Amino acid sequence: MPRFLRNRRRHGTALGYRGGFFLAVLLLAGCATGLQAPGLKDSAAGLGPVELESVPFFPQTEYQCGPAALATVLNWSGTAVTPGALAPAVYLPGRRGSLQLELQAAARRYGRVPYVLEPRLDHLLQEVAAGHPVLVLQNLGTGWFPRWHYAVVVGFDLERQEMVLRSGTRRAYRIDLALFEHTWRRGGRWALLVLPPDRLPRTATAGRYLAAVNTLEQTGKLQAARTGYRTALGRWPRNYAALMGLGNTAYLLKDLRQAERAFRRAAARRPGEGAAYNNLAQVLLALGRRREAGVMARKAVAAGGPWVDIYIETLEQTL
Amino acid sequence: MPRKTSFGKTVCQLVLGAFLSTSLYLPAAQAAMVSTQNVIQSEQAALADLNKEKLSQWLARGDVQARLVAWGVDPQQALSRVDALTGEELRQLAAQLDTAPAGGDALVTVLLIALAVFTGLLVTDILGYTDIFPFVVKNRKK
Repeated sequence: MPRFLRNRRRHGTALGYRGGFFLAVLLLAGCATGLQAPGLKDSAAGLGPVELESVPFFPQTEYQCGPAALATVLNWSGTAVTPGALAPAVYLPGRRGSLQLELQAAARRYGRVPYVLEPRLDHLLQEVAAGHPVLVLQNLGTGWFPRWHYAVVVGFDLERQEMVLRSGTRRAYRIDLALFEHTWRRGGRWALLVLPPDRLPRTATAGRYLAAVNTLEQTGKLQAARTGYRTALGRWPRNYAALMGLGNTAYLLKDLRQAERAFRRAAARRPGEGAAYNNLAQVLLALGRRREAGVMARKAVAAGGPWVDIYIETLEQTL
Repeated sequence: MPRKTSFGKTVCQLVLGAFLSTSLYLPAAQAAMVSTQNVIQSEQAALADLNKEKLSQWLARGDVQARLVAWGVDPQQALSRVDALTGEELRQLAAQLDTAPAGGDALVTVLLIALAVFTGLLVTDILGYTDIFPFVVKNRKK
């Protein structure tokens, strides 16, 4: 395989120069949007070179690049798991591959936050520079003959215009930056971080990060989700959704004191909204403080909004 | 891609239906709580008809599960894999089940592509439309 990939590369160039209009047309068709690499001089100036030597390597067996790439980032994040153990959760025999959403789901099973980066090459590089290996989807083929492949970016050198990947059976596959971007762009510029919930992506935005943490909460990974909301609050201390998330996960984990504190902070943050009052009332009910709960439930009902039916139900429980 | 007979598919769906009915778990809001998910959704977009959304997520769950089994996943495994997805993810997946890229291995297929391109160009070389391979003796006047 190593030898083979190199061959393929050489092939690509040869065809580019001499293959005639047939392939030129195909290549152009794939180039609907411009490459981002040339713009890196501004957006990623001063970055690198970086190579994350400590990221482990799992050479893939046939068609198992999904489990192998996922095992790579999971082990880096502190979870000891082999590609073989991941395969039953992500591999599709009938498709001879793995779906992106299932890789994210599998990361959650281990209490990790699956954070999909914005489709920007400079963000990808910033994450690697921050020490985070990035799982990427590549299309090594063409639009009409796609060959999907997962690899993990572990380094780059802008001066030498190359990326370093854990890919297939190669521990440190050095690929030309432009070639990488072509294959990555054909894969939809999809890049996934798999992080322990106490670690924030370098390029995180509150909305994106909280949505990722919330998928942990929705799938019952409450401890990890709670840690994730706390991590978000470390960066955005006044974020309403993060406070609500912390309150809800604490409540579900029966940490009623923490839930109470979080909902009080949320209510202070947005006194005109009912959700925090309502959930606070539920916490107070669980603590046996019915009278206080009633006060909060009334505030919620007074605030109204799309969930007023829930507030009324809460209020009835406090009577 | 393996094609399932409609009979096989029906059987799968029946079996899965049985699993489904026992495993539908309730989302976070057991008490009269507003879930984080609702808060986030209301921050990010206009509030859609949540009941309609729930229903389509529920239907998507069955679709995705049946398809996983059709793709060779053990039914019990398929169940736990579906459980690991959020409602929104299930809906996304159900909507693009056949088109979603499945990252596999480039090894064999890259070989096939290269072989096909090579053969194609070899043929055009031999026919005299292209001049790529020096080892092809061109049927040309000197």
